[in-house]
Parts: sequence; C-alpha cells; structure tokens
Amino acid sequence: MADAKPRVKVPKTATAGEPITIKTLISHVMESGLRKDKKTGELIPQQIINRFTCDFNGENVVDMTLSGGVSANPYVEFDAMIDAAGEFKFTWYDDDGSVYEASKSIELA
Amino acid sequence: MRIRAKTTAGLATAAALMLGTSAFAEPDMDARLVVNEELEITTITAAPDHLEGALEQVISGWHYRGETTRAMQADDFENPAMAFVDEGLATWDTVDGTEGESCASCHGDIEESMKGVRAVMPKINAENGELWSMEDYVNDCRTNRMGAEAWNWDKGPMKTMTAAIALQSRGMPVDVAIDGAAAPYWEQGKEMYYTRTGLLQLSCANCHQENAGNYIRADHLSQGQINGFPVFRMKQSNLVSMHNRFFGCVRDTRAESYAKGGPEFHALELYVASRGNGLSVEAPSIRN
Amino acid sequence: MTYTRRDALAVGASGIALLASTRVAFAVTGEEAIAEFTGGAAAGEGGITIKAPEIAENGNVVPVEVDAPGAAEIMLVAPANPSARLASIKFGPKSGAQRISTRIRLAKTQDVTAIARMADGSFIMTSQPVKVTVGGCGG
Repeated sequence: MADAKPRVKVPKTATAGEPITIKTLISHVMESGLRKDKKTGELIPQQIINRFTCDFNGENVVDMTLSGGVSANPYVEFDAMIDAAGEFKFTWYDDDGSVYEASKSIELA
Repeated sequence: MRIRAKTTAGLATAAALMLGTSAFAEPDMDARLVVNEELEITTITAAPDHLEGALEQVISGWHYRGETTRAMQADDFENPAMAFVDEGLATWDTVDGTEGESCASCHGDIEESMKGVRAVMPKINAENGELWSMEDYVNDCRTNRMGAEAWNWDKGPMKTMTAAIALQSRGMPVDVAIDGAAAPYWEQGKEMYYTRTGLLQLSCANCHQENAGNYIRADHLSQGQINGFPVFRMKQSNLVSMHNRFFGCVRDTRAESYAKGGPEFHALELYVASRGNGLSVEAPSIRN
Repeated sequence: MTYTRRDALAVGASGIALLASTRVAFAVTGEEAIAEFTGGAAAGEGGITIKAPEIAENGNVVPVEVDAPGAAEIMLVAPANPSARLASIKFGPKSGAQRISTRIRLAKTQDVTAIARMADGSFIMTSQPVKVTVGGCGG
C-alpha cells in the first residue's frame, strides 16, 4: 500500500528526564488473512503492518511487532523520555516490503 | 407473532422490535465533544422547524456511542478517520488527468476554498438546477476540468477526498436549503423517510424517529443524523459514505435497495441532512 | 418457525462471526503464545494493569492500554481469537514509561491477556474480560 499515510503527535518541547506521550496513526487496512472475498469465496491474503519502531537520535524508544489482530489504521501510543533536543524517527514495515517513515523534531523546554 | 424466518439480521431486527424486547438507554446527554481541546462541536440542538415537533431535539449520533468511541473522536491523532483524511489531502495536491492539474491548481489551499462547502451539501447546482452531492461536484471537476476519470462514488479516492473536504466545515452548523428549487427533492426525500418499505415494512422513521434510544440487538439506535459523514465505521473499519449507509439500511428492510449516487438517495440525503440543520458538521466521525 | 431471541443472537451477519469460526494454519493459541514468550516459566500477578472497555462497542476496534512499570517487553494476547498473539512491544533506552495503548480486534467475548517480561527476567500477567457484542441492523 504505497499510499499509507502516517500521522504522528509529538509535543513541541519536553523537559529532560520527564516522559512525554507520543501518538501515532497510519492508514492501513491490516488485512488479517482470515477474511473471505464475498464474490469469489477465496481467502483474502494477509497484508499488514508487521512492525513499528520509534527511535530518538538513533536510540530505540519502542519496537513493536503487530499481527492481524491489530485494528485497521493501527494506532500506537507510548511514552518517550529524552535528555537532549533532536529528532524522532518512526518506521512502519509492511508485509509487502514497503516501509513508511515519519519524523518529528523536538526541543528541550 | 409468528414469523416464517430465514436467518438474516434484518428479520431478527423485526422480531426484536415487534416483541418489544429492546431496551431503552438514554444517550449520554451531558457529554461534550471538543476536538483537539479547542473546537467545540454542537451535538445537541433545537429541532429545525420543518420537523414540526416530530423530534424535540436533534442529537448527533456521537451521543449514542460508547464512552471510548466518543473519546477517540476528540483527538485528531486518535481518530482513525484522520488517517484517511491525510490521504485525501495528499490527493488534493496530486496532479491527475489530461489537463495536468490537481485540485490545488484551481482551488488553492483546501482550508480556504473548501470551508463551509460540506455544511450546505447536498445543494442545487446553479447551472443545471439538479440536486448535487459533494461527490457530484468532485466528479464534475475531474471529468470536465481536469480531464480525469470520474471516481466511483463509494471507493477509496472519493471517500478520502470527501472526508478531506468535509473536515474543512467541521464545527460549522449544517445548513441545507430545502426551499426554492430544492423543495421538490426535499419532499421526495421526506416521503421516502416516512414510507414503510421492504419485506419488513420498515421506514427510516420507524427506527430513527420512533425508536431512537432503543436497542436493535446490540446497536444503540440513533436519530440517523448524517452530520458526521463521511464516517469511519468500525464495522467496516473504513470510511463510509452517506449513500453507502442508506443502501445498507434499505437493503436490511429486505427491499431492493437504491443506487448509490442515484436520484432516490440524493433526495433522501437532502431530507436527512435537513433533519440535522443546526448540528455541527462533525466529519470525519467514528460510528459503529 | 418462531424466531426467538436466542436464534437472533446466534445469527452473526458480521464478518466477526466468520473470523471467530476460522482457524488457520499459521494461527497460534493463547497458551502457545504465552509459552513461547515466557519459555514455559510461570508468570506472577501484580504490577501490570490492562485498561479495556467492559463492553466493546465493536469487535473491530477495541482500545486497549497496558501498563507494566519496569517491563522490558509486553505482549498482548486474545485467547479466543483465531490467532491469539496480538502484538508485542519492546521498550528501548529512550522509552519514557512501560506503557502501550493501541486498538485490537476481538473475535468474541474473552479475557484479553497481557504478559510482561521484567528487566530481571521474571514474568507477570493479567487479564481483563471484554464482552464483544454482535452488531445490530443497519447497512
């Protein structure tokens, strides 16, 4: 799905050592591989986002493995803690090999 | 009452209604929808005059949904429909068709040019006197001005585009015209709304006016307002257009349903929209 | 034939009913998923909480939040789903809290389960019953 669009909410600033909440959303059907095509009766092949990572200035924040049990347009909310200004990088990995990315900068308060 | 039943959801509905086993639950009338902590959405307001007391107040479908569903709509980073809006916004800037233009080429910034558009849809096209929905205007631009192919009413690109456009009216009161050239369409829609149809002989009013607040199996029946469309329907985990929703409802009365984009649903869209005049455009909303 | 409420409830026109009845080759059961995660070790109680609605409005989109302070990794399992392993999340050096909030699909009423692997290699587990209703009428 080449047109999956990520949507990420990162606060503009953070206090060093205090956690901040990050919200991420991406459009993706998360085809579980369990649904049948109504017309043909065939199983629709699985196609999901199978992994999501968030890094800050090159260090990992979270690394998540997803399955077809995650809802379409996967929403992932988690907390990060930073000690310097920098950039968050978000990466979503699709079963079909596509990789979707987003990045957000943040300043120290 | 005995019903010779085939195992369908629709017949179960009729059984539930006729046996009077549905429970009533007051929608949470105290809940307030404020999006992104700043945009207040009017979700309850006085019923428009033309309803002539048929409803005391008009209430957005938002109130009939569960607490967690309602909360999801309050943050654009939590609302799954917004991921689709982003797709629509990207399409807005994408060149398509023989003329080498994008929507933005003529319309510029969507936030400026499309502000208020959704709030008055569907409306009479000034040039040909026909009742047009947003989808008609989009396809008119695509075919006549962009040299692009018309989009299917109910498929991805059209749905994401109408969601992106609808967003620009969010918070503004629904205000569809029902007089003048629109009057005959409105009357047609009104008649459809109150006419029992299908094997189950159900009209829109049977559920959405007489039984709003009651449960149909596990669904909490709302007033059937469309101020929130296009809607992210959890059932399909996808955007759903008004005509798609009408189609399903009519089909579930076990009637031959009407075409999406056809004259019947245009008229019905106008009438149903007018029942919500005064409510804020809530698109893109989340419903069941 | 009189159409009873029980019959009505049994009729699942939604795709979720189909989901619940299918078992696919790659599917993993709740026990298998947990055993794989813990390597067979027992999981203790306490220190991990799940926040999920008592009744899911729709089984396709069920918001779930798990909080396990001090965890290195958390796994979410839906034992009654055709494939029980939902998601797992590892917390890296820049993580601010061991908490994850997401939305899951539930095929039917069940105990949504979360297991956490703590920094010291021990495991803790909790579950929360979530009712999933088959929808109503309408489109």
